[in-house]
Amino acid sequence: MNPLLQALWVARKDLAIEFRTKESLNAAGAFAVVILLLFSFVFDPASPEVATIGGGLLWLCFAFGGALIFNRGFARELPNECLDALLASPVSASSLLAGKAITSFVLLLIVEAVSLFVFGFFYDVRWWLHPLKLFAVCALATWGIAILGAAFGAMTVNLKLRELMLPVLIYPLLLPLLMAAIELTNNLLMNQVTSDSLLWGRVLLVFDIVYTSLAVALAETILVN
Amino acid sequence: MPPAIRLEAVWKYYGDYPALRNYTLQVAEGDCCALLGRNGAGKTTLLRVLAGLSPFQKGDISLLGWKPRSGEARRNTGFLGHGIGVYEDLSARENLRFFATVAGMKQAHSPISSWLERVDLARVADIPVRQYSRGMRQRLALARTFLASPRILLLDEPFTSLDDRAIAMMGELLRDARAGGATILFSTHQIREAMVIASHVTLIEQGKLRYSGVRTQEMLDDPGHLYREHTELGGF
Repeated sequence: MNPLLQALWVARKDLAIEFRTKESLNAAGAFAVVILLLFSFVFDPASPEVATIGGGLLWLCFAFGGALIFNRGFARELPNECLDALLASPVSASSLLAGKAITSFVLLLIVEAVSLFVFGFFYDVRWWLHPLKLFAVCALATWGIAILGAAFGAMTVNLKLRELMLPVLIYPLLLPLLMAAIELTNNLLMNQVTSDSLLWGRVLLVFDIVYTSLAVALAETILVN
Repeated sequence: MPPAIRLEAVWKYYGDYPALRNYTLQVAEGDCCALLGRNGAGKTTLLRVLAGLSPFQKGDISLLGWKPRSGEARRNTGFLGHGIGVYEDLSARENLRFFATVAGMKQAHSPISSWLERVDLARVADIPVRQYSRGMRQRLALARTFLASPRILLLDEPFTSLDDRAIAMMGELLRDARAGGATILFSTHQIREAMVIASHVTLIEQGKLRYSGVRTQEMLDDPGHLYREHTELGGF
């Protein structure tokens, strides 16, 4: 079977389980919404500054909410030793890793969609001025977070302190991606598409390509060795 | 004809502890080999190394001529470990459909239905596995392992949690698989059942090969004979 199809089947299986149990979706969604709600009491929604800090606020919520999703990704395979069954099956390690990243990508996009509506409502920010560009930024940045989260989720799956270790390991590596996503989101919220936007867009693209290639190439080592 | 399963002087360490020590074994195609040994002898380690789930440090392994982690080896091997390897939040049918599809089985519906019938889970095929008893889960795990008709079956204590009827069913599955040309290596503590099913026996003690050969009538009549003759501690 085509490795991409295998990855899609792994993602389909994980999403079916997640939509039944809603374990990570509820946790990540609730976390993002509560953080946005709490900060809405700190900042004056009428202040023009809100748009300048909006990107940072949103991407911190997405990154922290994402950690709750990645932690469940491979942990879902632990009961009944399902990870062994998958690794011994014809599913390649890279397909398995890519499947987990696709699952996290979809779940995180759902959390982001909900968060954006909450953000628009409580902060009075018109985030929908450039919907396609905002979607492109979200998709590129979310894939980068998802592939890195899946790779490190696989590395930390057998650690007792994986809930703590995973964020500690991935956030330093996510810094360039988060900087780019925050800058681009701020520009879009302030309706200022500058020449810098293209540069930050390239940073996101290169980040995605580099980490996706590394994750796929090292999947076998990460998962088996 | 080259052996289906071949281990040549394999060493496997956990830290400094050698779990497999210079282990050499050959299982011919179509043989059913019972892997016997006490708790901690290295049976599970041996099966995990063969399934490509645990790297080994020295020696050589081939499954039908392929390296354990190769795509061809994984496509032709069915592995049942201590865990049953099925998802609690999916139904039996969904579990089998998932594993059949990723194994590349086309038109997976009809073998899934027939396997559900065969392991007596057809009535409960659409309810989540978390509602199953332990024995039902083990039967589903067997169906998952046998589903793609693998040429090599690696089974780690497959009789666990099975009642008498299910053990009989398991014996039938193994006989049918062997009749279809499959090579089987299974570990168990249920020596009497093992002796009835197996054509060959291999005995492991502290990671070392103690015996490997044809299962004899003497072993069938007196299952303790093998341990008394070939282990340092004797008896079982």
